[in-house]
Amino acid sequence: MMNIYVLMKRTFDTEEKITLSSGRINEDGVEFIINPYDEYAIEEAIQIRERNGGEVTVISVGSEDAVTQLRTALAMGADKAVLLNIEEDIENGDQFTTAKVIAEYLKDKAPDLILGGNVAIDGGSGQVGPRVAELLGINYVTTITKFEIDGNRVTVVRDVEGDSEVIETNLPLLVTAQQGLNEPRYPSLPGIMKAKKKPLAQLELDDLDLEMEDVEAKTKTIEIFLPPKKEAGRVLKGELEDQAKELVQLLHNEAKVI
Amino acid sequence: MSKKMLVLGEVREGSLRNVSFEAIAAAKSAAQGGEVVGVLVGQSVTALGSDLIQYGADRVVIVEHVHLAQYTSDGYAQALLAVIKDVNPDGIIFGHTALGKDLAPKLAAKLNSGLVSDVTGIEAAAGNLIFTRPIYSGKAFEKKIITDGLTFVTIRPNNIVPLKKDESRTGDISSLKIEIKDLRSIIKEVVSKASTGVDLSEAKVIVAGGRGVKSKEGFAPLQELAKVLGGAVGASRGACDADYCDYSLQIGQTGKVVTPDLYIACGISGAIQHLAGMSNSKVIVAINKDSEANIFNVADYGIVGDLFEVVPMLTEEFRKLLIKA
Repeated sequence: MMNIYVLMKRTFDTEEKITLSSGRINEDGVEFIINPYDEYAIEEAIQIRERNGGEVTVISVGSEDAVTQLRTALAMGADKAVLLNIEEDIENGDQFTTAKVIAEYLKDKAPDLILGGNVAIDGGSGQVGPRVAELLGINYVTTITKFEIDGNRVTVVRDVEGDSEVIETNLPLLVTAQQGLNEPRYPSLPGIMKAKKKPLAQLELDDLDLEMEDVEAKTKTIEIFLPPKKEAGRVLKGELEDQAKELVQLLHNEAKVI
Repeated sequence: MSKKMLVLGEVREGSLRNVSFEAIAAAKSAAQGGEVVGVLVGQSVTALGSDLIQYGADRVVIVEHVHLAQYTSDGYAQALLAVIKDVNPDGIIFGHTALGKDLAPKLAAKLNSGLVSDVTGIEAAAGNLIFTRPIYSGKAFEKKIITDGLTFVTIRPNNIVPLKKDESRTGDISSLKIEIKDLRSIIKEVVSKASTGVDLSEAKVIVAGGRGVKSKEGFAPLQELAKVLGGAVGASRGACDADYCDYSLQIGQTGKVVTPDLYIACGISGAIQHLAGMSNSKVIVAINKDSEANIFNVADYGIVGDLFEVVPMLTEEFRKLLIKA
């Protein structure tokens, strides 16, 4: 039976504007979603299970708040969910922390396949997937747009800045999803009902036999700031042809970018 | 406190990518007077070593092997771990490219180190290196320091200014012989899709289309303009969702985040998710029929009009200008 895990992060909705309060990102009144790239990973995991059998477990590292997004993943069709709740133990984790906690949880689970998004739209570092694979000693392929499996053999298409690489490899494997991999389903009403009864475990550092020092961040954020507000510029006037001429001159002489 | 910094030179189609020269400049400021060592990994890359030196590297280490002809995380990790062992640097800088994004986290995990990804600025203050990077796709920024292990950094293309090429600069170019084995991924085929041959993340000029482009064919005038300007074509999520173009062209909070010198938005309304992906471009031009479109709020210059009329006129005007120049 295929043992499939998905790494999922709860993130700000893409519609949200970012504001600061006392130097931190303001979360008041913000809508949260499953990181869109992780949604592709969840969908792909469910499709792989539908074709090949197995079990899909969705893992998230974070606080109690991520339960909502884990339930959504269960409603989409995942079988089990695990929240690695490190909020009380660690105040300022980084990608090292998250990867270490996930790898520690997975190390005795013998995963055949781990899927995640290629990047989270909040932190935007894209580190956790490859870090987890390295800590578990398994192979990984990032930014995939196609996944095919035949027994132990896997063929994936990897997006490399617009080019596509067709890659052959084997299980166990970690892959990270790129846009275009699939079209994530919406949870159905029966799915949502069923999700309430599906297992959702919560573990803390203690349950993983980890000490705070083991997962202490290797980086530290010392300041957060907003970019200067962009002023609306000049809308040109006159005949279109003259506007085109004027624009080219402005870009050449004033903005000096051409 | 001076540091020894390593820079991976990234080779694409036989030449070094511009981001590698930017990485050398970043390494120079991080090294604070210390040594900057370039690394080249591949099958036959020795000839490019002098380029790294002319752009500011003090010396270059080359790792050549038949199994390094194409990038694989296993192959490159073996090569770089050998170089790290040999050179013993304080930190390593990569481009935040498909390769850098894939490889740097693996090495950082292997060496129990911190990694600051997608860096747009580096400053040295009181012995600390402070890295600036966008978060929430550029809706905010953070400053970070590394507190433990080697300093791993990936830098975003087009943000750190490379040093001026100095053809009189010389330095040692040495070769490190290692065995590359146990590659777990095999690349069977590479399909090239980039239509103008210019990569979006490194392009100095981007011509992007939105729903207003109306069809696959509607991208043709944009392609033409991009070609004249030596730029790349991008798209909004709307255009990708409508199947006018491939998702690999998408710019926005989901999709690529770009910072070209010039961004020309054609028929793009300017949803917040799209703005997150491009609003840090140096100069933004908006072309849209709807004078109320949100894109005009971030544009430096705007033309209210039909992109199918305006874009060919611009192409013609740029062509005239560039012939003169």
